Amino acid sequence: MNAGTKEPLLQPTLRFHVPEPKARPGHAPDFSNLVLPVAGAAPRPPVNASAYDTRDLAGDLIRVLNDDGEAVGPWRPDIAVDVLLRGLRHMMLTRVFDERMLLSQRQGKTSFYMQCTGEEAVAVGQASALDSADMLFPTYRQQGLLIARDWSIVDMMCQVFSNSHDRMKGRQLPVMYSSRDANFFSLSGNLGTQFSQAVGWAMASAYKRDRRIAVTWIGDGATAEGDFHYAMTSAAVYQAPVVLNVVNNQWAISSYQGIAGGEEATFATRGVGYGIPALRVDGNDFLAVHAVTRWAAERARANLGPTLIELVTYRAAPHSTSDDPSKYRPADESSCWPLGDPIERLKKHLMHIGAWTEGEHTALREEVAEQVRTAAKEAESYGTLGQGPKHDPATMFEDVFREMPWHLRQQLEELGT
Amino acid sequence: MATMNMAQALNSAMDTMLARDPDVLIFGEDVGYFGGVFRCTTGLQQKHGADRVFDTPVAEGGILAMAVGMGAYGLRPVAEIQFADYIYPAMDQLVSEAARLRYRSGGEFWAPLTVRAPCGGGIFGGQTHSQSPEALFTHVCGLKTVIPSNPYDAKGLLISAIEDDDPVIFFEPKRLYNGPFDGHHERPVQPWAKHPASDVPEGYYNVPLGKAAVIREGSAATVLAYGTMVHVALAAVEETGIDAEVIDLRTLLPLDIDTIVESVNKTGRCVIVHEATRTSGFGAELCALVQEHCFFKLEAKIERVTGWDTPYPLAFEWDYFPGPRRVAKALQRVMEP
Ligand SMILES: Cc1ncc(C[n+]2csc(CCOP(=O)(O)OP(=O)(O)O)c2C)c(N)n1
Ligand SMILES: [Mg+2]
Repeated sequence: MNAGTKEPLLQPTLRFHVPEPKARPGHAPDFSNLVLPVAGAAPRPPVNASAYDTRDLAGDLIRVLNDDGEAVGPWRPDIAVDVLLRGLRHMMLTRVFDERMLLSQRQGKTSFYMQCTGEEAVAVGQASALDSADMLFPTYRQQGLLIARDWSIVDMMCQVFSNSHDRMKGRQLPVMYSSRDANFFSLSGNLGTQFSQAVGWAMASAYKRDRRIAVTWIGDGATAEGDFHYAMTSAAVYQAPVVLNVVNNQWAISSYQGIAGGEEATFATRGVGYGIPALRVDGNDFLAVHAVTRWAAERARANLGPTLIELVTYRAAPHSTSDDPSKYRPADESSCWPLGDPIERLKKHLMHIGAWTEGEHTALREEVAEQVRTAAKEAESYGTLGQGPKHDPATMFEDVFREMPWHLRQQLEELGT
Repeated sequence: MATMNMAQALNSAMDTMLARDPDVLIFGEDVGYFGGVFRCTTGLQQKHGADRVFDTPVAEGGILAMAVGMGAYGLRPVAEIQFADYIYPAMDQLVSEAARLRYRSGGEFWAPLTVRAPCGGGIFGGQTHSQSPEALFTHVCGLKTVIPSNPYDAKGLLISAIEDDDPVIFFEPKRLYNGPFDGHHERPVQPWAKHPASDVPEGYYNVPLGKAAVIREGSAATVLAYGTMVHVALAAVEETGIDAEVIDLRTLLPLDIDTIVESVNKTGRCVIVHEATRTSGFGAELCALVQEHCFFKLEAKIERVTGWDTPYPLAFEWDYFPGPRRVAKALQRVMEP
């Protein structure tokens, strides 16, 4: 029986909906959709909270630093000043490193670069709350993880320059780092793949009764990929010891986060639906980022399973050196971003607690600039994409397989002739 | 007539079809307001509306699944995959769904979708912005595969692809968007404007699928190429002075076997060129077909010039790219008595 056939319904015709961001070039920036609770307001549940217990936090925004630079509320981490000062240095180093590599790209020393400007607290803040043995499955925008793990910036530059010291042997796009020694997984150009791989790594660690957890990142845009959803399901099913991070920097190249479904529900809310406790945090608040990451890591270490964290931040720079954001977002949008600059905010906090001065800040900035200059000089002496020594082109046939099969040996010979 | 580069010609094809057929929709990552990372859809959303030209989530499997669903309804979706290298998350929708829908439903449903994707190297894109995966698709029954080499063909073939009732994979050699490229990367970049194929009608026309083009007539040998390699092959022919016939396949599937056989039967020698990796590449299929159809006329073994069987290495782009020097050598080898 079809009830609908009895009386004709006065049904309107269907309408096709395509979401649009609030502001495009020529408009005034508009972040009115971003609700900003006062710092310190969000409750901090115990680490054995259920997904359901976190449903409000997943829609809220955990903030610790208030406008005066004071750390307030239950999420205020118990954190040594040393850790904060190291975080400040690493964020500043990351920013200067980015500036220098951008310049190198302009000078033809590399073909491509991606900055993380404005998002430094994500990688650096999270690294400060993890153990160096924890395995990282990042995206291309978490170079701060390597820097926070004191990985050699000369080594990173050699990768960007594809030179004779590039451990990736000139094969990878600049910024696609890999560092087994830093527990930093080889970056892929294909979005999202790392997210579900991290779950597999975490399952392996649990299977082996290891103590290391896995931590992974994905962009707001890439949460649309299947891999995000595979990761969520598998992490929930196997209660994997993994921290799953969504870096919501508002944009995926020219698509605003609404094209990834960020307007209908926060990205953190997705966790609750999968049965994974979820937190949404001010991603430019170093202390809040540190605190939520510690909470999630503690859960994973205590066999309480995965956590989803949405870090709300803003991609202040172009997507990459191939991009021109003035074509799709208001030119002054970045300067109107309500969550400010993570470096300035941590600086303010350190000054507020009397651990830092303007003079020390200027000196530190000069110090990291000098560190980057010296490193760049050294890296450039090993060659750049534009000139100088590189690996032997013949090395392109290595590592396709552990042992080179006959057809590659034959092609290698052909290359030589 | 207007002078267009390949990106403009493709834009014009989509513009033309949006105007002609209200069932044509254009979508993909960054194709809407921004107009695509290679600018192929610039201005189309502004002109035809956000419900006809729009951005999608970053989900290739989702994009092509939507295209199959829309096609099943009766629309003509034209989906862009930002780089051919990112088509793999959509493989299941193409291989198991789009390609087989007509067959498995006994002709009840079909998916007349067009999938555009930039392919090939030459722009320092590294291993995830340089691939030429065409053979993965020609191997699938039920998909058509097209690769244009110039603006005129690009527009005419894209219009045919959109009008075709079967799923068409339309690969656009990204190194050709702004100018012809013969592999001499050290020389100044040439704009399309100096090339006769940049004369493109502004309105509707088509170039039929399944028809190759003899780009250069010759009698000494046949070079089979498509996409960027057509220009590389022409340069090699010029530089060697060998009077080779150069065939631009344009459509790999369905393949214009008659044009190939006629040429190889005439010349007795054949060089196959593609940028994609060699093993199980489309060249292997061409090689088998030429052998099957022209065995008694062949005077030399068939040569293949291809990308190496490795990922595309960023710093060694020009050691990887099968440039005119390698094609010339192969030509010389087939000419040896
Ligand atoms: C599978 C796949 N599809 C498309 C791309 C092209 N692409 C590179 S970055 C990007 C946007 C990603 O945005 P988001 O996930 O928000 O990360 P963000 O760049 O903002 O850090 C796109 C579409 C890709 N690299 N991989
Ligand atoms: Mg983003």
